[in-house]
Amino acid sequence: MSSGVVTAAYIAASVLFILSLGGLRDQESAKRAVWFGIVGMAIAVFATIFGPGVTGYGILIPMILIGAVIGAVVAQRVEMTGMPQLVAALHSFVGLAAVFIGINSDIAPPDGLVGAEKVIHEVEIFLGVFIGAITFTGSIVAYGKLSGQIDGKALTLPGRHMINLGMVVACLILGALYLNHAGTWTLILMTLIAFVIGAHLVMAIGGADMPVVVSMLNSYSGWAAAATGFLLGNDLLIVTGALVGASGAILSYIMCRAMNRNFVSVILGGFGGTTGPAMEIEGEMVATDADQVAAALNDADSVVIVPGYGMAVAQAQMAVSELTKRLRDAGKNVRFAIHPVAGRLPGHMNVLLAEAKVPYDIVLEMDEINDDFPNTDVVMVIGSNDIVNPSAQEDPNSPIAGMPVLEVWKAKTVFVSKRGQGAGYSGVENPLFFRDNTRMFYGDAKDSVNDLLKVL
Amino acid sequence: MKIGAPREIADGENRVAMTPHSAGFLQKLGYECVVESGAGTAARFSDEDYRAAGVEIAESAAALWAASDIVVKVRAPEGSELDLTHAGQTLISFVWPGQNEALLESLKNKDVNVIAMDMVPRISRAQKMDALSSMANIAGYRAVVEASNEFDRFFTGQITAAGKMPPAKVLVIGAGVAGLAAIGAAQSMGAIVRAFDVRPEVAEQIESMGAEFLFLDFEESGSGDGGYAAPSSPEFREKQLALFREQAPDVDIVITTALIPGRDAPRLWLEDMVNDMKPGSIVVDLAAERGGNCDLTQADQIIETANGVKVIGYTDLPSRMASQSSSLYATNIRHMLDDLTPEKDGVAVIDMEDDVIRGATAVNDGAITFPPPAPKVQAIAKPAPKPEPVDPEELKRQEAEAMRKAGIRQTVMLVAGGLLMLLIGAYAPASFMQHFIVFALACFVGFQVIWNVSHALHTPLMAVTNAISGIIILGALLQINGNGWLVTILAAISVLIATINIVGGFMVTRRMLAMFQKS
Repeated sequence: MSSGVVTAAYIAASVLFILSLGGLRDQESAKRAVWFGIVGMAIAVFATIFGPGVTGYGILIPMILIGAVIGAVVAQRVEMTGMPQLVAALHSFVGLAAVFIGINSDIAPPDGLVGAEKVIHEVEIFLGVFIGAITFTGSIVAYGKLSGQIDGKALTLPGRHMINLGMVVACLILGALYLNHAGTWTLILMTLIAFVIGAHLVMAIGGADMPVVVSMLNSYSGWAAAATGFLLGNDLLIVTGALVGASGAILSYIMCRAMNRNFVSVILGGFGGTTGPAMEIEGEMVATDADQVAAALNDADSVVIVPGYGMAVAQAQMAVSELTKRLRDAGKNVRFAIHPVAGRLPGHMNVLLAEAKVPYDIVLEMDEINDDFPNTDVVMVIGSNDIVNPSAQEDPNSPIAGMPVLEVWKAKTVFVSKRGQGAGYSGVENPLFFRDNTRMFYGDAKDSVNDLLKVL
Repeated sequence: MKIGAPREIADGENRVAMTPHSAGFLQKLGYECVVESGAGTAARFSDEDYRAAGVEIAESAAALWAASDIVVKVRAPEGSELDLTHAGQTLISFVWPGQNEALLESLKNKDVNVIAMDMVPRISRAQKMDALSSMANIAGYRAVVEASNEFDRFFTGQITAAGKMPPAKVLVIGAGVAGLAAIGAAQSMGAIVRAFDVRPEVAEQIESMGAEFLFLDFEESGSGDGGYAAPSSPEFREKQLALFREQAPDVDIVITTALIPGRDAPRLWLEDMVNDMKPGSIVVDLAAERGGNCDLTQADQIIETANGVKVIGYTDLPSRMASQSSSLYATNIRHMLDDLTPEKDGVAVIDMEDDVIRGATAVNDGAITFPPPAPKVQAIAKPAPKPEPVDPEELKRQEAEAMRKAGIRQTVMLVAGGLLMLLIGAYAPASFMQHFIVFALACFVGFQVIWNVSHALHTPLMAVTNAISGIIILGALLQINGNGWLVTILAAISVLIATINIVGGFMVTRRMLAMFQKS
């Protein structure tokens, strides 16, 4: 295959990738769109393998086969609640590949680069490896946190901003040395430092901020691919990397806006301080039991379910789906309200509910349903906390003040399924639990909903 | 412990303090329940119903009082009932300790603990046991029903072939629970409803029920402790009466519900106002038991004045709806026992540190504990100061300013970006710039495309971007070409993991998308 044909194949692949992302605008077109992506990828890989400059078939074909089998097995086996971990793990692969390719390109540089081209090539290597390394360890730490192997709480070392700054400065110095041909060791040392930066950066972010971290790592993996494209002079890599980078950046932005937080403050870790004493909460938490929840649901015409990370942790989505089915069969209007940052991954709740066969047309976004709460008879909050906290609107001193929240307290009755009496991730007390129209339904979400199903 | 509900002995009292339904909840708290035979008959709960709910039936009042550790009642004990009490017993009922000092004294001497349902403080968390409110709600509704029974016209206005009928005009004085219930009932029957209250903060509640709030322009708030009204000054009272005099000839039905805790009912609807009313008009006085808000009220009677105005002074309105009021009262009682039984082990504990229980307890451990200290929590929040109205002109100006700022910012960013491009272009070689164009355009395309992605599909989006970022495999493929063993190994690993990414990413995306089903 000539290089012209390869370029034509790359153009086709780029177009197919764009169509594949564009098709995700709704559920039906998305099912077709994913095929665009698969075909595009197949075209690109085949064109490259059979194009000029590739010789090591004896190695690459077994590698591709092994990789394909591993990928297929992982994709078949993963639980939908485990999606955040899987996504983080896949990010780390892109990061690691970017590091390896960058180092390779340093060891065996392409021929015929002189002057400015050579300098630019070296900058590209350095940048590509830097971003790749941060993505790699950042994603590994994110994987550990999401799968529960590392404590999910934010690790806040004293002077962590200074540590990060110091490491970045060290990398810049190493970069200057590298450009002055101090040797490959500068690149390797920088890679190690960047590994530490990536790990430390994500260690400092915890809990509910994880959706932002995962989106950010998604973005980084794209930029790493784009940087690799620059150093190899490969436009398809650049286009794809830019698409992925843009996608991750937009997701991060949406997540930050949904929490009313600044991207930089999320990335720098920790949780925002308060500006004054929190409002005093009046009233008491009133516990209830399955019989009373069932009675209220039987009397209700419209029910809204607000799922959160707690539902994923308790694996309660199947029980919730069964509940939904029963209520819908009884002629009740049941809908789901999804906050953009519910769960640990953008859109996480939608996927869990889809897995449990909840029809997607009753799963609504925050903006679509927020005005309907005053006309809702029963709201069931299952495993979410901060996203239904009224102090975001009522208490200007609250750490989450100004965050858009689901206004569940406007409904006639709110049942909160919750494991215990503790505060949410942000550590903010939730006045919702103390409201007159709120009843606390304590217990593991799955067990609670199953109990409810028995008496409904 | 055993909870017993005797038959009420007061004349015309049809209510009962325990229903089969509430007994179920009391049993869950660990109590045994017993009722006197026939206690619920007047409220349409038969002995059979109680037995079916697992409640023991005591044949006589004496047997019931002897067997019960806790006696729940509607009315305060009187006459023979006092002799049936025994030491260490706990009594839960309406007691009116402020007016019944002799009763308290005798219960104290018998070493009976007394919890007065009428003394439950009016704070949010005690609403579930606020029997005064639940009874007042019924009284308010029933007042309208009784009024309509005596009123010889429609409530709602109609225009028919046989002529036009004006709607009835109802004035409700005192917008407590009873007043609001009366407003709601009269409103839903189609009457024009006006309401007055000395507490300005209830105006919103009145309006939310659909009535017109009669505003009295006077710098004095009539709010007292615990959400009740306080006595007003003579000047205020004069203004108020003037307002009522103005209304008297106009309204058809007056429902008065004004009560001040621990005092006789204030006189608000005077004889001259009754005389000013149209013939056929009705006055329903819900304060009849405490002397009445109207000069002419006779407790438990309907009187008709010379000019044809009927004054209704029933004091048993809740009892006239015994089934409903018993359910509500029994629920209030069981909530009270819920709070009295923190361990849910069937043992009642009178915790004098608890605001609500302290407030309701009138006799404890052989000592009179009435009156209680003032509750720590305010019943109704003070109205918040009104926000300064924003001038529309100012708003428009601010908007224009914001638009201008956004415009400037965008221009600055474009110029800065352009300069940066120029700088790069001036130094970078042409081959780099070509790639850079591709990069910049791809970023823009990416931003445009991704904005349209549905929020529900963000997880599939991440998975598919994961898969396509596996495109990095191309770089690795190009490097497996014999530049030494290290390069080959690193490239081979890269091919492996990038393939995992591609295959895993696409397959998991397909799996997820296939799950999204429409109903």
